[in-house]
Parts: sequence; C-alpha cells; structure tokens
Amino acid sequence: MDATEKTIFELSATGRKGFRFPSSDVPSSDLPESLQRKDLPLPELSEVDVVRHYTRLSRLNYSLDNGMYPLGSCTMKYNPKICEKAARISAFANLHPLQPIESVQGAVLILYEMQIILQEISGFPACSLTPAAGAQGEFGGVKMIAASLRDRGETQRKIMLIPDSAHGTNPASSVMSGFECLAVRTDERGNIDLNDLTSKCNERLAGIMITNPNTLGLFDENIVEVIRIVHQAGGLVYGDGANMNALLGIVKPAELGFDVMHFNLHKTFATPHGGGGPGAGAICCTEQLKAYLPGPIADILEEATEEVPPLYGYRMPEKSIGMLRSFWGHFGIIVRAYCYCMMLGAEGLRRVAEYATLNANYLMEALKQDYPLPYDRTCMHEFVLDVKWPDAPGIRALDVAKRLMDYKFHPPTNYFPLIVHEALMIEPTETESKETLDDFIKAMKTIAREARENPELLHQAPTETPFGRMDEVKAARDLKIAE
Amino acid sequence: MNIHPNYFYSKNDEWVSVEGNKATIGISDYAQDSLSDIVFVEISVSVGDSLAAEDNIGTIESVKAASDIYTPVAGTVSEINNKVVDSPELLNRDPFGEAWLIKLSSDTGFDTSHLMDADAYRKYCEDRG
Repeated sequence: MDATEKTIFELSATGRKGFRFPSSDVPSSDLPESLQRKDLPLPELSEVDVVRHYTRLSRLNYSLDNGMYPLGSCTMKYNPKICEKAARISAFANLHPLQPIESVQGAVLILYEMQIILQEISGFPACSLTPAAGAQGEFGGVKMIAASLRDRGETQRKIMLIPDSAHGTNPASSVMSGFECLAVRTDERGNIDLNDLTSKCNERLAGIMITNPNTLGLFDENIVEVIRIVHQAGGLVYGDGANMNALLGIVKPAELGFDVMHFNLHKTFATPHGGGGPGAGAICCTEQLKAYLPGPIADILEEATEEVPPLYGYRMPEKSIGMLRSFWGHFGIIVRAYCYCMMLGAEGLRRVAEYATLNANYLMEALKQDYPLPYDRTCMHEFVLDVKWPDAPGIRALDVAKRLMDYKFHPPTNYFPLIVHEALMIEPTETESKETLDDFIKAMKTIAREARENPELLHQAPTETPFGRMDEVKAARDLKIAE
Repeated sequence: MNIHPNYFYSKNDEWVSVEGNKATIGISDYAQDSLSDIVFVEISVSVGDSLAAEDNIGTIESVKAASDIYTPVAGTVSEINNKVVDSPELLNRDPFGEAWLIKLSSDTGFDTSHLMDADAYRKYCEDRG
C-alpha cells in the first residue's frame, strides 16, 4: 500500500505554476477594488505535481474496479464500461435541456423506452424517471399516496406502517409527507408479523412501506396476505425497490398487489453509486395513481403518420405532485441503465436475479458453519449474519468488518438491519466469479478462527491500510466540523 | 449482563425505580451493551412536562444506531440529568446509577403493572440472545 498522501495545500510552493497565460492582446479592464479579494490561498503546483497527487490518491481508493464490494442493501455490482461509454457519446453528453424537442428525438426516445422497460419489469402501467435518487423516488411515491388520499377525502388516514427491518429513509419519507410512522414487527421467520400488522390496521391507516425481499435478504412468505390486509383496511402499499436485483424478470411487484414503487437505477441497473453517481429513483405505479406521478414524463406527442415518425416529447401528469428535479432527471444515468438493459435483454436481466441469488446462497451456506445466521432459510440476493460467538465474547461485527479490509475486501454493511444486533449484511451481487466468492469465504473463515485464537488482530484491524483503526467514538463525541 | 434487582423494566429496555411519589428512569445494561459506545444523548422533555406512559423523552445515539427513549410510566418531569447529556459515555459505565435520564413525580403514585420485574426481564433478555 502507498504511504499516506499530503493535501494539495501542503504540496503547494509559492510561485509554482501549472499553466502560464499568454500575454493579453486586448485592452485590460480593471475590476473595481471592492470586487477584488486580497487573499486567495489557492495551492500553487506544477502540472506534474497535480497529476501525481491525484494519481496517488486514486490508488488509495477502493472501488468495484479493485475488487469485491459486498455491501449489503447497496447492490454494488460491477458497472460495465460500455454503459459509461454510451453516456459519454457526444450526442448525449453535449445536449442542452432546452434545445428544440425536434433536435433531441433520440434522447427522448431513450427516456420513453426506459419507462416501458421499467413498466414491463414492475408490471405497472406508468413510470416517471425524474427522481434524482432512491430516497427521492421513495419520497415522491409517498407524496403520491398522500395526494390520492386527499383526493379521496380521506385525510384522517395518517398512519404509515413501516416494518422494523426497513431502511431509515422509509420513515423519513413518510414524516416529510405528513404521515405518522408506526413500526411493524418481524416474526421469527423474518416475515412481517401478521398479528402485529392486523392490530395496526384501522380507519387511520394510510398505507405500508414494504421492501421485498426485505433487508434480511428474505422474500416475505406472506406478502400477498400482507398486501390484502392493508388494502382491506383501505391503505395503499408502497414498494421500496432497493432489493429488485433479486426479482428482475421473475416477480412483478404489481402482480403481488403493490400500488406504487421506486427502482434504484444505481443498484439494479449497474449505474454508478455515490461519487461516481448521481443516482436515479424511477417511480412506477398503478392506473389509479398515475395521474399523480412526478414529471415530466416522456411521451408520444404526435402519432406517426405514413410520412413522418412519431414526435416524442414531455408532459406533466394531470394531478402531478410536481417536479422533483430540474428538467428531465439524471439523463446520463438513464442512458447507462438503458444501455445495460439493452445489452442484457430480458433473458439476461432474469439471469442477473438468478445469479445474484445463487451467489448469496453459496456464500451463506459456506459461512453459516462459522458465523451465527439468525434467520436460517434460503435467502435472496443477500443475507445477514450475527457476529456473536460465546467463545469470542469481545469480538463484534465491526471487528470482523475492519479485519476484512486487511484481506483486501470492502467490508459488508454492518449494524443494519437494526433487528440483528451484530449484523453483517452481505450482498455479493451477480458479477462476482466463483473464485472471488471462494476467496471471500476463505478470508471470512480465517477471521472467524483469528477471533478465537488471536482476538487482538481483529481489535487492531485494519493494519494493512494507510491508516489503522479510526477512533469512531471520539469522532462522534468530539465533533469538529469547522476550523 | 447486570440487572438491578429492585427496578421495573419495559420491553424497550428502559428501567424505572419507584420510591413513593418519585420515579427515576434510565436504560438497562442490556440496552447500553447492545448499542455499544454511546456518543450522544438528547433529552427532549423539560422539567414540569406532564408525560403519559410510552411518551418519547429523547434519543440516544451510539456508533451503531440511534434509538428513541420512552418513559415506561406516567408522571411530571421533576429533574433531568444534564451530566449524562454532557458525558454520554456515563451510560456505558453506569446505566443503573449515575447515568439515570430523568426523574418523575406523581401525586397518585406510579402504575408499574404493565412492566417486567428483574426476573422476567432477565428471561426476556436471555431469549433475545
């Protein structure tokens, strides 16, 4: 591993330049003194200094292009380079959102077809691509539920049910949309507890937000019954599409009875996460809710005739909750997702779900010999271990996660879902080979042995990284957010 | 795992200790151990507030998770432990003693019939592993 890197300000040397402007051949125009800064401490470096600095920094990064990234719930699958290439085609990359619609027909056609692809996968008749991230798609979908209840005159429906295994964004979206949240318990098989659910369904019920498979990586065995109970009480059912990677081409949420859902294009459809993002949180919904979708939506504005092809453009749904993002959403991300779908085709997308599930079960079966598995049944695309060994009482999930970094793996998600106290949530995705999965199993088994034989190794980990174990407690207790 | 023999416990792992018309409330040793290192305590009620059982009284944040805290019994807030707000680590060290959260008073005493005693709570914790 490279040594640590100084900041670019520490590398600065007074007077050093990366670029010299040619002398001016136009009359100078002096800025008024009031607009001039006396002090602007920009770093001063040569071009080669800058290139080396950022190249060294990039080598300290760990990404999907370095290795496996089994971060449960995040679906860190490999992002194919052809999708990046497609998004960078100048005909897409250099479009202006306000240029005449006739000049961007190809781009709008991609949006239109991507809507149809997501409708086909979800089973819903309508789709909006504009939400800028998963959490925003969720927020938009819950706003749609609120708007439809208002139009039905049922404003007394204020309770949104949220399973105790849910992502934290679910209650956040609900509260921001004016609902009160009530947690629903998980039963011992990892399903929504039907008795608890029934006891919380009444005339104040607005709906339920369900992630299926849930964050334990388990398909809810009673999902149809859960949805029936909520519908019978007059509530609507929101589907958090975070875990759609397990269902692609196999289960259509609309057929299970969901009313509205979002997709995370950056999970299921291999577009980049985080710094490589941004994300996209497309919403799909039923006929009853489609008038409330956020817009604009790509549509055929003028049907084709014998002489001319159809004219594609945008429209706002009649009772739309509004725009969640300027212009047409994260177009570049949608191009990547579209490319991914076209590359794989329907058969390929189904195989994504099959291999993601197979890989997760392969890891789970191998690791449950060494790690407690609180919900022991066939998992979907991910599973959750509970790092509690009677013969290694000082070892927690965090220690295992940190030690994995020494074995050159990105740690899995830890301490989520909250219902598993020492949770390690592992999602290999479909893009890892059997050899990589075997290497991961080997590392995990070695760590389980180290936990008993040499626990200090785990407490001190990581030791192979430029910085060792961070003091997370001190960082949280003594917040220093500005100099 | 420590369990104070004379306290009552809620399913959310809060404890209450009752002495006549005064009650003291905190979180159990099991709770602090599950949360691991506690880094932030917020008490959202003030002295004089009248609380029903199960009302939210604040939030505790650890490096793992944030948890809402509820009062197991009804009463009027008579005292708040600012020491634990300033030094959240007290909760990890002494959850049944120095790190109490709030004190309540009530002219009519406190109803603890819905809460667990120490034996029942021990079993409740063991069942959860």
